[in-house]
Amino acid sequence: MIKLIGLVPLFPLIGFIINGFFGKKMGKGLSGTIASLSIAASFVVSLLIFMDLQKMPEKSVVVNLFSWINSDTLKIPFSFLVDPLSSIFLLIITGIGFLIHIYSIGYMHHDEGFARFFTYLNLFIFFMLLLVLGNNYLIMFVGWEGVGLCSYLLIGFWFKNTEYNNAAKKAFVMNRIGDLGFLLGIILIFFTYGTITYGDVFEKAHTGSDTIMTAIALLLFVGAMGKSAQIPLYTWLPDAMAGPTPVSALIHAATMVTAGIYMIVRSNIFYSSSEVASEVVAIVGALTALMAAVIGCAQTDIKKVLAYSTVSQLGLMFLALGVGAYSTAVFHVTTHAFFKALLFLGAGSVIHAMSNEQDMRKMGGLRKALPITWLTMGIATLAISGFPLLSGFFSKDEILAHVWEENKILWIVATLTSLLTAFYMFRMFILTFHTNFRGTAEQKHHLHESPKSMTIPLIVLAILSLAGGLLGLPEAFHGNNWISGYLSPIIAHRSPSTLSHETEYMLMGIATLVFICGAYTAYNVYQKSKVLPAASEKDMRPSERFIYHKFKVDEFYNAVITRPLNGISVAFHKFVESDLIDGLVNGVGTMVKWLSGVIRQLQTGNIGFYIFSMVLGVVAIIFWSVLK
Amino acid sequence: MLTGLLIVIPLIAALLTFFIKGKAARVAALGFSILEFAVSVFAWYQYKTEPLSKQLYLNCTWIESIGANFSVGLDGMSLLMVLLTTFLVPLIILSSFKNEYDKPNSFYGLILLMQMALIGVFTTNDGFLFYIFWELALIPIYFICLVWGGENRARITFKFFIYTLFGSLFMLVALVFLYQHTGMYTGIKSWAINDLYQAGRSLNASQQGYVFWAVFLAFAIKMPIFPFHTWQPDTYVNAPTQGTMLLSGIMLKMGTFGMIKWLLPVVPLGVANWGSWAMLLSVIGIIYASCIAIVQTDFKRLIAYSSIAHVGLIAAGILAWNQQGIQGALIQMVSHGINVVGLFLVADILFRHTGTREISKLGGIRNVNPWFAVLFLIILLGSVALPLTNGFVGEFLLITGVYGYGAWTAAFAGLTVILGAVYMLRSYQGIMLGESNSVTAGFGTLAPSDKAVLIIVCAAIIAFGVYPQPLTDLAEPAVKNILSSTK
Repeated sequence: MIKLIGLVPLFPLIGFIINGFFGKKMGKGLSGTIASLSIAASFVVSLLIFMDLQKMPEKSVVVNLFSWINSDTLKIPFSFLVDPLSSIFLLIITGIGFLIHIYSIGYMHHDEGFARFFTYLNLFIFFMLLLVLGNNYLIMFVGWEGVGLCSYLLIGFWFKNTEYNNAAKKAFVMNRIGDLGFLLGIILIFFTYGTITYGDVFEKAHTGSDTIMTAIALLLFVGAMGKSAQIPLYTWLPDAMAGPTPVSALIHAATMVTAGIYMIVRSNIFYSSSEVASEVVAIVGALTALMAAVIGCAQTDIKKVLAYSTVSQLGLMFLALGVGAYSTAVFHVTTHAFFKALLFLGAGSVIHAMSNEQDMRKMGGLRKALPITWLTMGIATLAISGFPLLSGFFSKDEILAHVWEENKILWIVATLTSLLTAFYMFRMFILTFHTNFRGTAEQKHHLHESPKSMTIPLIVLAILSLAGGLLGLPEAFHGNNWISGYLSPIIAHRSPSTLSHETEYMLMGIATLVFICGAYTAYNVYQKSKVLPAASEKDMRPSERFIYHKFKVDEFYNAVITRPLNGISVAFHKFVESDLIDGLVNGVGTMVKWLSGVIRQLQTGNIGFYIFSMVLGVVAIIFWSVLK
Repeated sequence: MLTGLLIVIPLIAALLTFFIKGKAARVAALGFSILEFAVSVFAWYQYKTEPLSKQLYLNCTWIESIGANFSVGLDGMSLLMVLLTTFLVPLIILSSFKNEYDKPNSFYGLILLMQMALIGVFTTNDGFLFYIFWELALIPIYFICLVWGGENRARITFKFFIYTLFGSLFMLVALVFLYQHTGMYTGIKSWAINDLYQAGRSLNASQQGYVFWAVFLAFAIKMPIFPFHTWQPDTYVNAPTQGTMLLSGIMLKMGTFGMIKWLLPVVPLGVANWGSWAMLLSVIGIIYASCIAIVQTDFKRLIAYSSIAHVGLIAAGILAWNQQGIQGALIQMVSHGINVVGLFLVADILFRHTGTREISKLGGIRNVNPWFAVLFLIILLGSVALPLTNGFVGEFLLITGVYGYGAWTAAFAGLTVILGAVYMLRSYQGIMLGESNSVTAGFGTLAPSDKAVLIIVCAAIIAFGVYPQPLTDLAEPAVKNILSSTK
C-alpha cells in the first residue's frame, strides 16, 4: 500500500484539473462532489497507509518518483517519505480537508465562483500534501510555495474587492520574505552536507560546526516565521481573513500555517543541537503568543479574534519547539486543527446566518436560532480555553509542563497567554451567542441554522475536539502518550520529562484555575454586566485603541519598510536612472559630437594653413628628437 | 552538416520571404520557421544518440590568409540556445498575426535573417566568424526597430545602435589582440576558439584584465547589465512587439552565452582579478532594476526592467563560475526567453484590446476574460520562479551557484525572490483584478493566434518546471566540460 503513496496527492491534482477545466460547465453539484470525493479518496489511502505503517518495524519508507533537478553533486529527486510525522500530517490534511470541502458545498452554494473555489481548494490540498510528503527540503519548498500561491488565490478569492486583493498580495510577499530565508537555509544545508535529502542530512548533521547548525536552524526558522505567522512576519494572517471562511479554517488555521511547526519538527536535530536557535524559537514563540492574545482581547470582528487566537496558539507551539518538546508541538497542532477548524467553521455558520455580518457588536443571543452551531462552538471554546479533559487541555498542559521544566519566565508568559485565551474566547462566545440580539430586524428575520452539509462537519469536529486528548493522554492519567511514542523515531534527542506526577497535577491545577479566572472574568464583564465593546474608536480609551489597532505594527512596517522602499525606487527611477546614468551616457555622446565639431574646424580647405601646420609639426619633431 | 543547414535555412527563407507579397509573407515565414524548428529537433535527436556526430559539425576553410574558418558546431550548450531560438521564432511570428505591419515581406524577412545571425553566434567556433555574426545580428533588429517602431523610434534606435556598436568595437580590439598572440608554438595564427583560449591564458594578468573588460563591456551592453542598460527600456518599449521579443527573448542571450563561451574561459586571470567587480555590478543591477520596476506605470516598461533584474542574476550565476551557477544560467536563459516572450505578448494584447498599457488605467480584465487572466497568471508565476514552473529550476540553481561564490552575495541576489513578487503581483492586481472600467469592459476574447502562443508558452512553463530533465541533460555535461577545461 505504501508504494501507492503517489495516489494521495494525485487525487486532489486530478480534482483540480477536472474542476479547473470543466468545473463551470459541470454545475455546482457535480463540481463540489468531485472535489470532495478526490479528498475523500486521499483520506482513505492515507488511512490505509497509516495502518500499514503501524505494522512495519522500521516505520519509514521512501518512494522515488522521478529525478527532478540534477546538477553535478546536487541531485534532487522527486521522492516521498512516509514516516510517523508525515503520516500524522497526511491524516490531518486529508481528514480535515475533506470535512471542510463538505462544509464549503453548503457555505459557497450561492457564490458564482463555486467551481473556481473548489479548484483552488483541491490545488491547495495537493501542494500541502507535497509539503509534508517530500523526502528532501526542496520538495518541501515546492509545497511550501505552492500553498502560498493557493493562499494568495483564496485570500483574494473575491477579486473585485481591492482590499482583499491587497491582503492577498501582502500575504504572498510576506511569505516570500520568509521563503528567501528558507531557500538560503536549504542551500547552506547543501553546501555543508552535500545533500538535501532528510535521511542523509540528519545522519551527517553533527559533522557541521555548531555555528553552521545554528545558521541553518535560524534560516529555516525565518521561513517558518513567514508561513506560521510569527513575529515579525505575522501581520499577513489577520488580513488573510478576507478569504471565504472555510479557507480561514483550512488554510489559515488547521493546515498551512502549521507548516512551520512541521518543518522544525522535521529538522529537530538542528534545533536540539543549537541552544541559540532553540532559545530564539522559544522567545519568538512566547512573545507572539502573548502579543497576539492581547490583541485578540480587543477585536470586534469574530474572524479577527480567531485569527489572532491562531497566531497566539502557533506561538505556543513554537514555544514548545523551542524547549525541545517536538512531539508535544505536533500534539497541539493536531488538537488545534480540530478545535480551531471547528471555531472557524462555526464562525462561518454564524456569518452565514447573519447575512455576512462579522461584527460581534451586532450579534448576540444567537443560541436559540443556531443550536448546533452554539453547542459545537461551545465545545471548541472550552477545548481551546483548556477546560479539563478536553483535547486542548492535554496538549496545552503538556506544553506548559515542558516549559516549566525549561524556563520559569517563559512559563509565566505561557500561562498568562492561557489566561487571556480563556478570556477572549469566552468574550467571543458570549458576545455572539448570549446576551441580547443586537442586529437589524432584517438580519433577525433571516436567522437560520445552517444546512446539514455545514452542521455535520461541525459535529464531527466537535467530537474530535472532545476526545482528541486521547492521542496524547499523559502517564499521570494512566495513558501512554501514544503520539509521543509514535513520533519518537524521528526525534533526534529526546528529553523525557523528569517532572513528578505531583508536579504535573499541580501544573494542571494551576491551568484549570487559570481557565476558570479567564472564563469567569469574561462572563462577569460581558454576560453579567452586559458590557459591550466600544461602538466606535472614539469611545475607546487610548490604550484600548492602541490594542484595537494591533499596536500599530502595520503602520510601523509601512513607515519603516514599505514607504522607504517606494522612496528609494522613485529616487532610483527619477534621479539615478535618467539624470545620472543616462545623463552620463548621453553626455559621452554629446561630448563626442562637440569634439568632432571642434576638430572639424581644422578642415578649412586652406592649403596654406595645411602647409603651415605641417612645417610646425616637422619642427616640433626635430626639436623633440634633439632634446631627447 | 546539420548545423550548416540550420544557418542556411533561415537565410534562404529570408531571401524567399522578401519576394512574397502581402499577407502570404507571414504564413511563409511561419512555415519556414517551423521547418527550422523541426531541423533543430532532429539535430537534438542526433546529439542524443551520438553527441560527437560529424553531422553536428562543419568546418571549412574560409579566409585562409588570416586563418579564419567557417567553423560551426553543436555541443550541449549551443544546442540549448539553438533550440530556444528555433522554438521562439515561430511563436514570435505567430504572435504578430493580429498586427498589420507595412511591407510584411521585409518585416518577416528581417526576422528570419536575424534568426540566421543568432544561430550563427550560438554555434560558431571561430572568433572571426563570431564577430561577423555578432554584428550581423544587429542589422536586422536595427531596421525592425527603426521602421516599425513607435513614436521616438529614430532617436531611440540610433542610441541603441551606437551603444551596442560601441561595445562591440572593444570586443573586436580584444579579439584581434588575442589573435595576435595565437600560434606561439606553431607560428600559424588562427581564429579557432581553442587557439584563442590558449592565447588568452598565455597573457599576463594585466593584459588579461584589459581583455576581460573590453569583452565584458560588449556583453554587458548587450544583456544589458547595470549601469550599461539605459538604452534598453526605451528600446524595448518603442520597438514593435516582435522586435522586443527578439531582443529580450533571444538576443540578450548572446551576451550571457558569450560570457560563458567567449569570455570566462579565455582570461581566467582577468576573471580572478576583476570578476568580483562584474559580480558587484550584476547584483546591484538585480536590486536596482527590481526597485525601478516597482514604480513603473507602463506594463511594457515594467517587463523591460524586470528583464534587467533577471539577466543580472544570470550574469551573477555565470560569474560564480561553478556547476550550479552556469547550469542555472543556461536553464534560466531558456526559461527567461520563454517567459519574457509570453509577458511581452500579454503587454501587446493589452494594448491592442484597450489602447493602453498604463497599469492604472486598466483593471478588472479578469471579469471579462478569465482564461486570459489564468494564462497571464501562469506566465507571471514562471517569471517570479514559483516551484514547478520553469523559472524556479533556473533561479534555484543560480542562487545556489552564487552562494557557492559568497553567502552574502547570494542573500542580496536572492532579494529578487521578494522584489519580483512585489512588482509582478502589483501589476497583476492593477491590470487583472478589481472592477472592470470603461477601458477594460469591452476587452473581448483573444484571437486564436494569440491564444495559441500563450497556451504553448504556458505549457512550456509548466512542463519544464515539473520535468526539466531535457534541459539539464543538455546543460549539465556541457558545463562540466567547460569547467574542467578551465581548471
